[in-house]
Amino acid sequence: MNLPVLKATDFASDQDVRWCPGCGDYSILAQMKKVLPELGVPREKTVFISGIGCSSRFPYYMNTYGMHSIHGRAPTFATGLKTTRPDLMVWVITGDGDALSIGGNHFIHVLRRNLDINIVLFNNRIYGLTKGQYSPTSSEGQVTKSSPMGAIDHPLNPLSMAIAAEATFVARSLDAHVKHLGDTLKRAAEHKGTSLVEVYQNCNVFNDGAMAYAQSRDLRPEHTIELEHGKPLIFGKDRDKGIRMVGNQLEIVKTADVPADDLLIHDEKSNDSTLHYMLSRMRYPEFPEPIGVFRAVQGVATYNDQINAQVTQAKQQKGEGSLQKLFESGDTWQVA
Amino acid sequence: MSAFTPGPDSSAKQIENVEGITVRLAGDSGDGMQLLGTQLTNTSALLGNDVATFPDFPAEIRAPRGTRAGVSGFQVQFAAEEIFTPGDVLDALVVMNPAALVTNIGDLRPGGLLIVNEDGFNDKEYKLAKVSGNPLDDPRIRERYRVTEVAMTRLTRDAVAELGLGMKEADRCKNFFAMGLVYWLFGRSLDPTLRFIAAKFGRKPDVALANEKALRAGWAYGETTEAFGTSYHVEPAQLKPGTYKNMMGNQALAWGLLAAAQRSHKELFYGTYPITPASDILHELSKYKNFGVRTFQAEDEIAAIGATVGAAFGGTMAVTASSGPGIALKAEAMGLGMMLELPMIVIDVQRGGPSTGLPTKTEQSDLLQVLYGRNGESPLPVLAPQSPADCFDIAQEAWEIAVESMVPVVILSDGYIANGSEPWKIPNVQDMKPIEIAHPTAAEDSDKPFLPYARDEKLARPWAIPGTEGLMHRVGGLEKEDGTGNVSYDPENHQHMVHTRQRKVDLIAERIPPQKVMGPPSGDILVVSWGGTYGACHTAVRRCQSQGMSVAHAHIRYLHPFPANLGELLSSYRTVLVPELNMGQLRMLLRSKYLVDCIGINKIKGKPFTVSELVEQISAHACHDHNCREEESQEDACEDGIMQSKAG
Ligand code: SF4
Repeated sequence: MNLPVLKATDFASDQDVRWCPGCGDYSILAQMKKVLPELGVPREKTVFISGIGCSSRFPYYMNTYGMHSIHGRAPTFATGLKTTRPDLMVWVITGDGDALSIGGNHFIHVLRRNLDINIVLFNNRIYGLTKGQYSPTSSEGQVTKSSPMGAIDHPLNPLSMAIAAEATFVARSLDAHVKHLGDTLKRAAEHKGTSLVEVYQNCNVFNDGAMAYAQSRDLRPEHTIELEHGKPLIFGKDRDKGIRMVGNQLEIVKTADVPADDLLIHDEKSNDSTLHYMLSRMRYPEFPEPIGVFRAVQGVATYNDQINAQVTQAKQQKGEGSLQKLFESGDTWQVA
Repeated sequence: MSAFTPGPDSSAKQIENVEGITVRLAGDSGDGMQLLGTQLTNTSALLGNDVATFPDFPAEIRAPRGTRAGVSGFQVQFAAEEIFTPGDVLDALVVMNPAALVTNIGDLRPGGLLIVNEDGFNDKEYKLAKVSGNPLDDPRIRERYRVTEVAMTRLTRDAVAELGLGMKEADRCKNFFAMGLVYWLFGRSLDPTLRFIAAKFGRKPDVALANEKALRAGWAYGETTEAFGTSYHVEPAQLKPGTYKNMMGNQALAWGLLAAAQRSHKELFYGTYPITPASDILHELSKYKNFGVRTFQAEDEIAAIGATVGAAFGGTMAVTASSGPGIALKAEAMGLGMMLELPMIVIDVQRGGPSTGLPTKTEQSDLLQVLYGRNGESPLPVLAPQSPADCFDIAQEAWEIAVESMVPVVILSDGYIANGSEPWKIPNVQDMKPIEIAHPTAAEDSDKPFLPYARDEKLARPWAIPGTEGLMHRVGGLEKEDGTGNVSYDPENHQHMVHTRQRKVDLIAERIPPQKVMGPPSGDILVVSWGGTYGACHTAVRRCQSQGMSVAHAHIRYLHPFPANLGELLSSYRTVLVPELNMGQLRMLLRSKYLVDCIGINKIKGKPFTVSELVEQISAHACHDHNCREEESQEDACEDGIMQSKAG
């Protein structure tokens, strides 16, 4: 069958986009529209499900099926949909408040079940839609509308949490690094199992520049490190710094000072998540923050495959269910 | 097996015919009383008796042994006539320990049979039960009841001695000994239980044999010992011709859902989180994967309903269930389901509230919660089954309403119905009508935009499902423009949508059957009930009618919307009595909607109504009316009433 070739604009709905001018969300929307035609999945087979928050308006702007659901619960709706309709490509769009605060529970469980969906977590480290309260990823001491003396919560690291929950695909990208973002979304879509992409997203209204160290084109080379499978961990404008393991600690070294094979080689496919977890703990300013795919483990059964395999297996073993047989099973008696 | 298998009426002793028997088996949670009760029920049903049951057990899985809190009981009434309740007072009580005796003796009728496992009565047990000595030493007990003490534990040990089991294993068989004795006493056949033992313990032949020996020993004990002079015989009941099966409420709900799915050519998705007393629906449905059932045990109640809404969006028959506390957590998603206008079923198997309340006890206190426990104007249809077997029908009816009106439908069951059982007439599947569901396909005229919120004459919107070309649309909890479904903050549109969603539910009243009454169409008293109190109310009203009172019974199945004729009906009686296992929730609804002054009969003890307490209450009001009628009849004003009362 020849599928019609779709363009990015085919994925745009007729609704006006209502994010603040300059918001990082626009870039993510643009990259999504660019990536979707490359995946070859028809629009009617694509579903976006979101929770509540600025990011969660996303489905309204896509000319696909979509559901703008309840705060924090998007993974649950996706679970019901994907298990009963495995033929659909399901995306969950969420934010740091949505996924990590009110929806923390569902976030963990959808990851551990390895439901075959893609989660894009827009992390702007603030509550945007409710106008500027600190979020679970806001930094300690951050002054916001609800923390005039500084936030006293320790921030949550979504990727550490995901890796601890045995997620099979974990990645990070930046709204400002559009090529990287597009590539990462594409890889997430292609992964079988739950894919999590954390996107550093600038909220220029309530938390402008919170992640400028990584987003700004000038600062990015010193403060981020691009992960590539099978390649050593090297960063810096002049690619002169690397990461190595000493004992059970990571440390930054000058590449010139150590033998090349001293540097840590990134293995995204490793079943053992220890190193992936250590990478997720690398935080600015002590370390460059890794971007790219931390973990992409193949061959782990997905929840939707398994639930449907059990149905198939039961039908094979017991035959297609017959109501009459069921009703008449066990002890019955006749009344004449 | 060549061993003699005693059956009904095979006793050589005197047999007394009785209309019905109510018996309760009570012991420690670990004594296997629920198993004993279930077996007695099934056996009685297989003999053709009508049966009704009331299991009553503690919320703790292993409450401290021997204590009053740890007592587990199972009550069953089996009868030669149609019955609607498990019985008020006990004809016979079997107790395995002192705690069971002191907590249950109050329900035994004077002259009733009290069978005691005397081996369960010793100083240690008295202490655990917090009684000062043997309660049987109280002469009043022996004066009031016919007491028989049986050394069940020792006799069981003797019966299984040759098998060389350990003491503990041997003692575990004593409930089968008790069962055998009870079977002898009421002329029950051992066959169904022997089959059960073979099936259940087949893999452990020594355990199976021990249980069988204990069962037979119990029967033989009744037959040979002089302690029992008479056994009792209950004729089969005259039920409608057909094939029957004993059904519990939760099982009937599960099977009704299966039937609804097949009738509508849908596969069933059941998203839920374990909670008493709803979990058995999950256990049951998880067995039927070959029917295309997908059960999802979610991480919490919210995820359970979220997945249900997601599955409904995908075009599947989606159902979630819980009890009161879980329904509270589901409220927001129920509101979303209403807003998305997707069909699904939400089951609330009510238990004693508030908060964690009384998990294993019954109550009807979630009516207002399911009607009004959501933010905003959020109308949902609500149906309540009246008995265990009725759960089968109501599940299908709920699904029909859900798909016709594109709305989540709530089923309000309760712990009493869920765990109770009664005979269920097995339907002929071929006679079941299909439930028609049409999903729109891509519009031919693709120039016209698809309108996901266009409405039919029932005000239902199209159920367009993902995967359908050309019908891509977005749904969500924000207010939407009628027709297009686009987000809309327009004030006029909001008012219109709120009215439309309510009107859509109200229109269901035109399609459900009018409210029926049992008894005179107008007169002195109308008893209005709903849900699991049906049996007690029905029996009580019939008894009052037979005593000459002018009283009728209306049992409401459709709690939202009410049947169209309900208001008129209420105003046709002088007094409206509303018995409920809550503080008066239906009564409040009736008063506010119809401006009829209803009188509540309200019990909140975690227990169902007894027939006699309802008869007493109804009589009290009839009595009052009677006085008033006498006064009035002096003025020749109340001839009608008296005539009806005679006719009734
Ligand atoms: S508030 Fe912040 S996150 Fe929300 S739309 Fe505006 S800029 Fe974007």
